Amino acid sequence: MVAAQVTLRGVTKVFPAGAGGEGVHALGPIDIEIRKGEFFAVVGPSGCGKSTLLELIAGLTAPTLGKIEFEGRAIRENVPDGVGVVFQEDACFSWLNVRENVEFGLRQKNIGTDEKGRRVAAVIDMMGLRDFSESYPAQLSGGMRQRVCIARTIVAEPRLILLDEPFGALDQQTRLLMGDEVLRLWRATGATVFLITHALDEAAMLADRIVVMSARPGKAVDLIETGWPRERDSRIVERENFGAITSRLWKTLREESLKTMGRMGGGA
Amino acid sequence: MSRLRFYQFAVVAGFVLLLEGLCLAGVIDKVTMPPPHIIVRDLFRMIIAGRYFADIGKSLANVLLAFSSAYIFGVVAGTILHGYKTARDVLDPLFATYYAIPVFAFYPLFIVIFGLGDGPQVLIGFLLAVVAVIVTTLNGLDRVPLVLKKTAQVNGLNPLQTALRITLPFCAPYLLTAAKLALAYAFIGVIGSEFIMARSGMGYEISYAYTNFDNATMYPLILLILLFSIAANSLLSHWESVLLARRGQK
Repeated sequence: MVAAQVTLRGVTKVFPAGAGGEGVHALGPIDIEIRKGEFFAVVGPSGCGKSTLLELIAGLTAPTLGKIEFEGRAIRENVPDGVGVVFQEDACFSWLNVRENVEFGLRQKNIGTDEKGRRVAAVIDMMGLRDFSESYPAQLSGGMRQRVCIARTIVAEPRLILLDEPFGALDQQTRLLMGDEVLRLWRATGATVFLITHALDEAAMLADRIVVMSARPGKAVDLIETGWPRERDSRIVERENFGAITSRLWKTLREESLKTMGRMGGGA
Repeated sequence: MSRLRFYQFAVVAGFVLLLEGLCLAGVIDKVTMPPPHIIVRDLFRMIIAGRYFADIGKSLANVLLAFSSAYIFGVVAGTILHGYKTARDVLDPLFATYYAIPVFAFYPLFIVIFGLGDGPQVLIGFLLAVVAVIVTTLNGLDRVPLVLKKTAQVNGLNPLQTALRITLPFCAPYLLTAAKLALAYAFIGVIGSEFIMARSGMGYEISYAYTNFDNATMYPLILLILLFSIAANSLLSHWESVLLARRGQK
């Protein structure tokens, strides 16, 4: 049995009320264990608190109740050393070129200049950005900019990589290819990957285990083990049980999504 | 030359040619304004003769001092204020109505406080420029995407590092706009103060020439101020274009 790297126990998040309003119970209580080195995905209906969950694990916000631990140490509104985050939005620094953007991930690390240069060059190579290292983000496509953000995260060699719908703004083709890249990086770095996504096929293709979250307040309503081998790529979608996994995901998610739509007055 | 530059040049050239025509045709009489070519000739003569170099140097030094102090103070104050919503809400009405305050009216008071030296002139330049810088800095900081602030947090940056490495670089185009405004206000403040109550400086010499109907001095000095501000503004605009082009915004 692989040891848990991240544990969430009774984690609940309630956002405080505005003037005269009620607080928003966004998440939980939720219990999750993320194993060291696994590829873990979370799917759920819109507004179920997926991104809040990621921000809690990243230490960007504190839980209202419950406890989150990373490698045995409590996380509470401080980003632990060894955690990297890739956001859905374009987080490239438009005033820095690709090399400088990637290098930024090492600014706070106490590493020599030579070592920094070596690591930046290696990651730029790994992400296929060598020919664009002096280009500015405005000169790159959306997929390439997201690769720059991933490179900036992995150059710091995090032990836990949190991905918040990182391919959400990309077209389907690019998403599949980026999925392959992420799987390759996951194997190469040995890091644990925690992926938030709304795309069921993406979760089924990439993850070892998938949690399905309920409508708000988000709770874990299903946990699926895909059983994929570590050596895999997007061609895994051809496997017979890929359809069974996505069907099971959709079955649970459909009910939860309908609850969300009902709350919004959309009906079904 | 880009099409925009060509149009800018054409508008200025057209205006100068119109003035030239009106002056030569006598629509604008010589006592009121000499033709532009005479103003340019007088400016060259003035420069070759080395007249008013001390006044020009003094005025430019004071403009630079007013501009740089207002700019540094404004950017720092804007950055700090951006983090304190209540303080900003309290000061917002002041910022909104600030330019209705006749700052020049306080000049005699500043002379009483700071004496007859350059201090009051620099202070007026500073006071005119500083709020434009604060407001433009706040405007730029309001536009920093949340994801960049989260990225700063993830990278373990403290508030000062976040300001220096992320939010202010993001706002660079706004900070250049602030610099352009600050420069214009610093010129207005310093030269305007010299007009009112000074014993030297370009503003004083223009005022002196004006009261003595000395067009051969007044217009060349006005042209010189115009050339200085156009040159500084062009430099900042060029820098702004480079920044915006790099960011794919131009």
